[in-house]
Amino acid sequence: MTRATALLLALALGGAFLASLALPYGDLAGIYRQDTGLATTLLIELRLPRAALALIYGAMLGAAGAAVQALFANPLASPDLTGTTSGAALGAVITAYIFGFAAPIALSVGSVAGALGALLLLLALAGPKAETATLLLAGLAISALAGALTTLALALAPSPFAFYDAYDWLMGSLVDRSLAQTAFAGIPAALSFALLLRLVRPLDSLALGEEVAQSLGHDVPSLRRQVVCLTALGVGACVAICGAIGFVGLVAPIFARRLTRSHPGRAILPAAMIGGILLLLADLAVRLAPLGRTLPIGVLTALLGAPFFLWLVAHMRWRVAA
Amino acid sequence: MTPLLQARNLSLPGRLMDVSLDIYPGELICLVGPNGSGKTSLLHALTGIGSPAGEVLVDHVDPRRLGPAQRPHYLTFLPAARDIAWPLLARDLIALGGGGAPPDALALDDLLDRRLDTLSTGERSRVLIARALAPKPKLLLLDEPTANLDPLWQIRLMELVRSEVRDNQRAALVAIHDLDAATRYGDRVLVMDGGSIAVEGLDGEPVARIFGIEKVAGAWRPVSPLADRRSSP
Repeated sequence: MTRATALLLALALGGAFLASLALPYGDLAGIYRQDTGLATTLLIELRLPRAALALIYGAMLGAAGAAVQALFANPLASPDLTGTTSGAALGAVITAYIFGFAAPIALSVGSVAGALGALLLLLALAGPKAETATLLLAGLAISALAGALTTLALALAPSPFAFYDAYDWLMGSLVDRSLAQTAFAGIPAALSFALLLRLVRPLDSLALGEEVAQSLGHDVPSLRRQVVCLTALGVGACVAICGAIGFVGLVAPIFARRLTRSHPGRAILPAAMIGGILLLLADLAVRLAPLGRTLPIGVLTALLGAPFFLWLVAHMRWRVAA
Repeated sequence: MTPLLQARNLSLPGRLMDVSLDIYPGELICLVGPNGSGKTSLLHALTGIGSPAGEVLVDHVDPRRLGPAQRPHYLTFLPAARDIAWPLLARDLIALGGGGAPPDALALDDLLDRRLDTLSTGERSRVLIARALAPKPKLLLLDEPTANLDPLWQIRLMELVRSEVRDNQRAALVAIHDLDAATRYGDRVLVMDGGSIAVEGLDGEPVARIFGIEKVAGAWRPVSPLADRRSSP
């Protein structure tokens, strides 16, 4: 990635963030003219957490997606397709509705544990260097299992409103989160991101194959453990606050590698920036769409991401055929 | 002269049994043996893959103690697998392996700025070989380097490895299935069987016993079934 590209991405990210704070502009300006204090409160307590969460979650999905793709040496590995986000959602649902711990910290812990469990199961099922088919099938199996268990947990929950309660969150939503909740997602995500950036070089070396990476002096088993734990930490913490949002973790790294001449490790930083931009834009689209009510953002990313995924699968098949 | 590589009592559970080996500067050693005899395991153990027991010294240094910056100057390893998951540029792949200029004899000038997925299998193999040669390691460990190469490139490659090793007092250990090439290019030929070095050289009875082939009128043939039947109970 050249300096100019990095700058451009940073500008786009900053622009999307500011736009997310400012838009829709008319309402905020109108309130500001009547009540400055209220407008400030609106900006800081409603729009800021929402924009910040879009940025944090999008960036985390991008970075985690890039790291997981580098680890599995496969462009179709991503936190959602491999069942990590479903595992995290299951962890959070069990914590909240079965054990009855609704404190943000408890949700985060449950969610991270769920993500970690899903990733470890994936490693056990698919193996460290997974064929695309094995990886996707294992991910599908884990997602299906986690989804079914989530529904079961909600059905068995003591609260009769569990389903209704959880629905918006499960579909992925950034609406009405507090600054404190933002911190609960942001701090683990920032930690995970910073530590993932330390793995850029070893993950690039892994592009040469596991044997060569080891012959160069990289401890591949330890690298694998670190990527799994850091991804679970960052993605789990975000899912606990905002639910499962799909496809950003798949799409962002694929664009990012075009900027890093296919270096999978170096793609972590641009993937984070692209992921942040994508989710900020998706949130803006959800907010500005004239639908009368707000769509859960996860629905939009899935609506846009699924066709891209289909294209990707077809493209890979053509390439194999050719 | 002190050996460039000193390996003592290398073991990998179930795959490699207590192998000791010295290689001297300027030597090209060929490693032959049937499938599953432990050639790749020996190369792995020397590289430090799979946490082998035993000692390895390359020019008096244990390469396993060296980080990614120094290690490619002591040893590099070319695995038998030639698949690379990402469409990297040939130039970038060589840089990721520790850098250095690839040998001119590999004729890579036109390939360096191409993506790996646009290269033919043979071209890609040459790039991967260049990755192992470019850092100019004291010890080269090559697993089936001539696989996927056409006959001319097989000869060019083995001659390149031999001259690199001889002219610069470095050393190479090359696992190879072609017994004639092993005899032609190797200063010594080590025959592996059952996870250890069974014998040195390719003459006579041990080779027939280990490989089940013998040289008749200049060509390798399966050991005669009659002789087989006589020796089995």
